[in-house]
Amino acid sequence: MKEYEVIIGLEVHAELSTNTKIYCNCSTSFGADPNTHCCPICTGMPGTLPVLNEKVVEYAVKAGLATNCEISRFSKQDRKNYFYPDLPKAFQTSQYDLPLCLGGHIDINVDGNKKSIGITRIHIEEDAGKLIHDAYTGDTLVDMNRCAVPLIEIVSEPDIRSADEAIAYMQTLKSILEYLEVCDCKMQEGSLRCDVNLSVRPVGQKEFGTRTETKNLNSFKAIHNSIEFEIKRQIEVLENGGKIYQETRRFDDAKGVGYAMRTKEDAQDYRYFPEPDLAPIILSDEYINDIKNSLPEMPHIKKERYIKEFGLPEYDAEILTASKKTAYFFEKANAICNNPKAVSNWIMGDFARMLNEKEIEIDESEVTEENLACLITLIDKGTISSKIAKQVFEDMFETGENAKEIVEKKGLVQMSDEGAIKEIVQRIVDANPQSVADYKAGKDRAIGFMVGQIMKETKGKANPQIVNKLLLEIINK
Amino acid sequence: MSVSKEDVKHIAKLSKLNLTEEELEKYTTDLSNIVDFANELSNINVEGVKPTAHILDIRNVFRKDEVQPSYDREEILKNAPSKDAGCVSVPKVVE
Repeated sequence: MKEYEVIIGLEVHAELSTNTKIYCNCSTSFGADPNTHCCPICTGMPGTLPVLNEKVVEYAVKAGLATNCEISRFSKQDRKNYFYPDLPKAFQTSQYDLPLCLGGHIDINVDGNKKSIGITRIHIEEDAGKLIHDAYTGDTLVDMNRCAVPLIEIVSEPDIRSADEAIAYMQTLKSILEYLEVCDCKMQEGSLRCDVNLSVRPVGQKEFGTRTETKNLNSFKAIHNSIEFEIKRQIEVLENGGKIYQETRRFDDAKGVGYAMRTKEDAQDYRYFPEPDLAPIILSDEYINDIKNSLPEMPHIKKERYIKEFGLPEYDAEILTASKKTAYFFEKANAICNNPKAVSNWIMGDFARMLNEKEIEIDESEVTEENLACLITLIDKGTISSKIAKQVFEDMFETGENAKEIVEKKGLVQMSDEGAIKEIVQRIVDANPQSVADYKAGKDRAIGFMVGQIMKETKGKANPQIVNKLLLEIINK
Repeated sequence: MSVSKEDVKHIAKLSKLNLTEEELEKYTTDLSNIVDFANELSNINVEGVKPTAHILDIRNVFRKDEVQPSYDREEILKNAPSKDAGCVSVPKVVE
């Protein structure tokens, strides 16, 4: 079999977190009763006049600046014609030849290797409605609440070479949009989704192969699996002497299978033309600069700062800054206890594991920044051992109680009184002559056994450093 | 002819129209005449004229992002020939 190179470009659709739709004042909130967020404008009644939501322009410009795009001083909107029941106007208002943002890039990180992925363009457009299949009547039901919810479409250059790179690109983009607060990025609700354009070519061949487009993938898993599936399918077709057709495909994630929706024969003809009901968008340098100056610290900049300012390993900094919520939690907790590595270890370790198990986000947890900082301070001061701290944290996570209160209530304060510890150490040494003999014969493991016995005796509360010190003193006497 | 029979077939398909062979002939001629007429514009010298994005001299017509009440669902669905469960009902769309 020949070696193949994979060429992928992504079209990412992000629903903007505006209060209202793109051309009318209907609400965009998710999950309302069908057709209760609708008016004559968003349902495409004849004779209505759309007016652009100013936040849509602002949010798109933010996304453009954060992805290193050039912002167009002159931009316009166009009609993209297609006939489908989810689109009552029978055209989607989008942007064709003069989009708001052009020619950017973002840097991704795959297994420690940095790579820059080009952004061709970002344009504004409206979402379509939702079609529900009625199993009883066999008809299709149309809910137009999502019609004209504002979207940005972010089109990448064909710079992506694998499923892993596609996921890294998507994750980086998601993190940027979250930091900007222009999209809530809830993939399960469809607010962030993507189309995958993919082709393969034998290594060394100059021309691209024929590409297919797999539409509407709304989870990282689906993106990854659909790419793996399509790469395998295209290579198999070519190896068997077949031909790849330019077609639109769908991926059934539950079954793990992709299939063709529309073939080349009825290829879409969108007949774009300028939208006469909407005025051109002309942006001044001042407007663009004001937005540029209002941008929050972006994840990759924050990451560098964490490494420099807090001396964190790159790995920690990467994980902490990937989500704005996590970064915010880290910064707030660290500001109180001033122990960045400890805060980082908790967030990436036990805390992350428990959040995952409970399937909640860090800001939905009972554990507050103050409370984690308090726990870390208790360890730093030697009030509790780090082993006990794990136990305290579990309680904090379950009940939301304060670390200090838990420690006091349960009597978990670490024993640091040398006299009291010494007594117990002596008792354990006397009771285990064989272990002492083993240790003296060179079996270091015997120490571990005795430490274990001492900790058992003190219910884990003895200060381990003191235990170690005293134990060695007594045995070596 | 500036418009071919194939072009007309394609346009008819996009417009969801079924044309008879006679209609096809007729529209091929008619549409060709229309396109030829419009093509006369290509003979005008437009050197120095900026491309027009909008016929009116307007720009930046924006709205504040403030929610206002939507229509009652009954109002919105009034024109639908068929409705069910608070939705417009249409013949099954095959995905």
